[in-house]
Amino acid sequence: MSGAAVEYEPVIGLEIHVQLRTRTKMFCGCELSFGDEPNVHTCPRCLGLPGTLPVVNAQAVHYGIMIGLALGCEIAPRSQFHRKNYFYPDLPKGYQISQYDVPICGPGKLGEVRIHRVHLEEDAAKLVHVGESGRIHGADRSVVDFNRGGTPLAEIVTEPDLHSADEAREWLNLLRTTLRAIGVSDVNMEEGSLRCDANVSVRPLGSDQLGTKTELKNMNSFRFLAQGVKAEIERQTALLRAGEQVQQETLHFDPASGRLTPLRSKEQAHDYRYFPEPDLVPLVVTEAMLERARAELPELPADRAARLERDLGLSGERARELAFRPELGDFYEAALAAGGPQLDAVALANWIPPLVERIGSDADPAGSRVSPSALAALVALVSSRAVSQTAARDVLTLMVQSGDQPATIVEREGLGAIGGDDSGLAQVVAAAIAADPDAAEKVRDGNMKAVGPLVGYVMRETKGRADGGEITRLIREQLGL
Amino acid sequence: MSDALLNLTAAAAAAAIRAGELDPAELFELYRERAAADSLNAFSWLCDGAPDAGFDRSTPLAGVPLGVKDLFCTAGIPTQSGSRILEGYRPPYTATVVERLYAAGATLLGKTHQDEFAMGSSNENCAFGPVLNPWDRTRVPGGSSGGSAAAVAAGLVPWALGTDTGGSIRQPASFCGIVGLKPTYGSCSRYGMIAFASSLDQAGPLTRDVSDSALLFSHMVGQDANDSTSLAFPEPVRMPARRELSGVRLGVPEELLSADSGIDQGVRESFEQTLSLARGLGAVVSPCRLPHAPHALSAYYIVAPAEASANLARFDGVRYGLRVPGNGDLESMYSATRAAGFGPEVKRRIMLGTYALSSGYYDAYYGTALRVRTRIAQDFQRAFEQFDFIVTPTAPGTAFELGAKSSDPLAMYLNDFCTVPMSLAGIPAISIPAGLSEGLPVGFQLAGPAFSENRLLDAAFALEQAIGFDGSPARAGGRA
Repeated sequence: MSGAAVEYEPVIGLEIHVQLRTRTKMFCGCELSFGDEPNVHTCPRCLGLPGTLPVVNAQAVHYGIMIGLALGCEIAPRSQFHRKNYFYPDLPKGYQISQYDVPICGPGKLGEVRIHRVHLEEDAAKLVHVGESGRIHGADRSVVDFNRGGTPLAEIVTEPDLHSADEAREWLNLLRTTLRAIGVSDVNMEEGSLRCDANVSVRPLGSDQLGTKTELKNMNSFRFLAQGVKAEIERQTALLRAGEQVQQETLHFDPASGRLTPLRSKEQAHDYRYFPEPDLVPLVVTEAMLERARAELPELPADRAARLERDLGLSGERARELAFRPELGDFYEAALAAGGPQLDAVALANWIPPLVERIGSDADPAGSRVSPSALAALVALVSSRAVSQTAARDVLTLMVQSGDQPATIVEREGLGAIGGDDSGLAQVVAAAIAADPDAAEKVRDGNMKAVGPLVGYVMRETKGRADGGEITRLIREQLGL
Repeated sequence: MSDALLNLTAAAAAAAIRAGELDPAELFELYRERAAADSLNAFSWLCDGAPDAGFDRSTPLAGVPLGVKDLFCTAGIPTQSGSRILEGYRPPYTATVVERLYAAGATLLGKTHQDEFAMGSSNENCAFGPVLNPWDRTRVPGGSSGGSAAAVAAGLVPWALGTDTGGSIRQPASFCGIVGLKPTYGSCSRYGMIAFASSLDQAGPLTRDVSDSALLFSHMVGQDANDSTSLAFPEPVRMPARRELSGVRLGVPEELLSADSGIDQGVRESFEQTLSLARGLGAVVSPCRLPHAPHALSAYYIVAPAEASANLARFDGVRYGLRVPGNGDLESMYSATRAAGFGPEVKRRIMLGTYALSSGYYDAYYGTALRVRTRIAQDFQRAFEQFDFIVTPTAPGTAFELGAKSSDPLAMYLNDFCTVPMSLAGIPAISIPAGLSEGLPVGFQLAGPAFSENRLLDAAFALEQAIGFDGSPARAGGRA
C-alpha cells in the first residue's frame, strides 16, 4: 500500500547575498577591497569601537533601489533598519545592522520567479582559521580580517518557485546577468560577491502543501549550487519514499566531497532578538531618488532577449545568449547597425558563437581585432554567396589573427566561392559522380541522403570554397532530376 | 585670591580671560591642584599639567577647564565608562561634543567617574569605587553623572559634561546642588559617547548656574554627519537674561506629585516654595495631566535595557578591553570575560533587555513599552498646548546614604520617577537647585517642548535669581 508510484516534486527558493560595488562600506567611509593585506580597510566604526555610530551609504541605497526596479519590486517609501543580535568574532558590534519587517524592496518578479523581498545589510568580517585544515575544526587559532566587515550587501529572497536544480541554476544566472547589467555588483561567486543559499523541500506531485525544508549553505559556484540542490532533492525524496521524515535543518555544502553536512543544532538555535536600530532614522526613498535610479537603469537582459527575439526573429536561445552577456549583445547590435538594413540579423547572430569560440569564451569581442563592421562585412559576403559558409569560418579565423577586412583575406587567400557557369564547378561535380556511381545511383532513385558523399567530394576538391546549395543543384541537374 | 577665582563661574572666568584680566594658566593650575587633591573619587583621569598647545584667549571658552564624564571618548585618554571591561581602554578618536568644546577653547582637566555604562542613580555602580557627595561624604552624589556633579559642586572643576538617559544629569545635579540640563534628544551629537540606550542618551552640561549651562550648551549643539539622529538646533542658543515670569504658564502634573509618588516631605515643601516664588515672578501655576507618566518608569526599564543589551554586546573580549580566556573555547571566553568585566547592575539590565527582546516576548514587553512611550510623548504634546513648562521636583528625595538603596534595585529606580517621562518624550529638561532640606540640596525641574531650550534656560534663570541658592564650593564642602 505504500506509494511506490508517488512522484515527488522539489520546491526551491533562493536567498542571494550580493555585495554591492560601492566605493565605501555600508555604514562607514572605509574603501571596499578584495585580497588586500588584512585589517588595512578599517576604522573605529567598522571595528565596532565604543561610541561609534553607523551612517548609511547613500550609494548603497541607490543600488538597492536599482535592484528593486530591475526585479520589478515595489520600493518602500520608508523602510527601517534593525539590529540582528548574535555573538561571533566576525561581528564586531555583536549585532548586524540589517532590515527586518520593512525592507527597502517588496514583492517583485524576475523571469518566472517571484521575488519575496530585497533588503540592505552589512557583511560580516572574515574569519581565517590558521592551521592545516583551514577549517575551524582542528585550527590552531582563528584570526579576524575586518576588511570585508561592513561591506554593503543586498539580500534577495525569492518565493519557492523553482522546481529543479537546473532551473535554480538557470534562474540564478539570469539574476546574475541582470545584476551585472545594472552595474551594482561584481557578482562573482568564487570571490563571494554573489552568494546563494537554497531552501529545498519536496512534496508529492500535485500537492499544494509545502514539505519540511532544509537550508543549504556555502554553494559558492553555479556548479556547486546545482550539485548541492540535486543531492538534497535526492536525499529528501529517498527519505520520504522510505516513509521517514525530513528534519528542518541547515546543511553545509562541502565542495571537496560534494556532500551536505548538518550544522550543529546549537548553531541553529538563534534567537536574533531583532529590534529597530535606534542609531538610524527610517530610510526614506524620495521620488527624486527613484527618478535617478530609473534613469540609470539600462535595458535589462530579459527585456533585451525578448526584443531580439521579437523584433529580429532570433531564436529564444540565441537571443538569451546575446542578451545575458551584454558585451556580446552590444557587439552584435553594433555589427547589425554597421551592416545596414540589408544584413540578415539571424545569420549575423549565428556568427557570434564562432567569433567567441575564436577569441576565448570569456573575452569581450569589443577587445578583439575584429570590428563589428568587419563581422557584418563577412556575413554580407556569405549572404551574397561570394564566400561559402565553410570558407567563411577560415576567413573569420584569419580576421581574429590579423584584424584584416574579410574581403582582403578572401582576395589574398583565394577563398572566394566557386560557382556560376564558368567556374569549373560543374566539372568537379561531374568528377564526383564518376568517382562514386553507387551514390549517384541512389540519388537518382530518389534517396537524397546519398547526396552527402558527392557533396563531400566536391568540398574536398574545392577546399570548401564551393557553396553547398549550388553543389546540390548541379548534382541534381547532372543526374537529370 | 584663590577663593575669588574659585567663585568665578565658568562664564565669568572666560570673560575675564578674554578681557585680559585673568591668566588662563593660573585658573587651570588652581583647578588642577584642587582636582589632584580630590578626596571624593570624582575623577577617573586627571591631566598632568596645562595643555602643550597652551590656551587661546580669543576663543569663546578661553581655556576654561572642563570635566568630562568618563564615557565620552577622548583620543589617547582612558575612557572606561565606569567598567572593568574597559579598564585602561584608550580610544583612537574623540567624541564630537568634546571636539566641539575643544574647538570653542575648552581645556580638558579630567575625566569623571560614573555608574558603569551610565546605569545607576547613585554612582555606587562605578567599578572604580563610589563618588562621595561633597555636601555630606556619607552620601551619594546621584548618578550616573555623579563624578561630574560632585566635581562641579566641590569646585574641583568649573563645569563638566554629563549624559542623561533617564535622569543621569538632572538627578545628580539635584543631589549636588548644581544646575544640570538634559537637552532635546538629537540636539547634541552622540558620536563618541559610549552608548547605554541609544534612543535616550543625550549629552548635557553640569554647571554651577544656569548661565554656564547655556554657554556650554551653546558650544555643544548642532547636527553631526556622524550621528544620523542628530538635528540642527533651530536657532542660536542665547544667554539667559529674563528676570520675571509674567504670564508664563507652569503645569504641575498631578500624576507625578500624587500622595503615593514617594516624594519626601522636605522635597515637597521646597517644591511648593519654588512655585510660590514663580507666582511672585508672575507665573501662572496650575495642575496639569500626564495620564501615562506613571507608567514611564516601567516603559523605560524595558526600552533602555533592551537597547543596552545590544549596545553592550560589543564588549566581548575579542578586540579591546578585558579578555578572560575561560576554557580556551570561544563561548567560554565570552562568558568568562563578560562575567568578570561587568558589574551586577549591568548584568541585570543585559538580562532584562535580552529577555524583553526574546522571541515570543518582544511584543508583550518591548512593543508595549514603545506604545507607552508614544502615549507619554502625546501627553506632553497635549500639556504644552496649555502650558509653557511642566515643573516637578527633580528627584523624590535628597542625596541618600551610601549603601542605602544598593540592595534594592526597584527603590533605586524610583529615583528617576520624575525625570524618565521627559527622557522618553525626548524633550529638554533642566534641574536647578531650589534650596536645602535638612542641609541637603533639593532640585527643581522644568521641562519644555522639543528645542525650547532658550525659553527653558530663560525661565530657569529667572527662578534661579529669585531663589538665590548659594552653592559655592566652600559651602558645598569643597574645602573640607
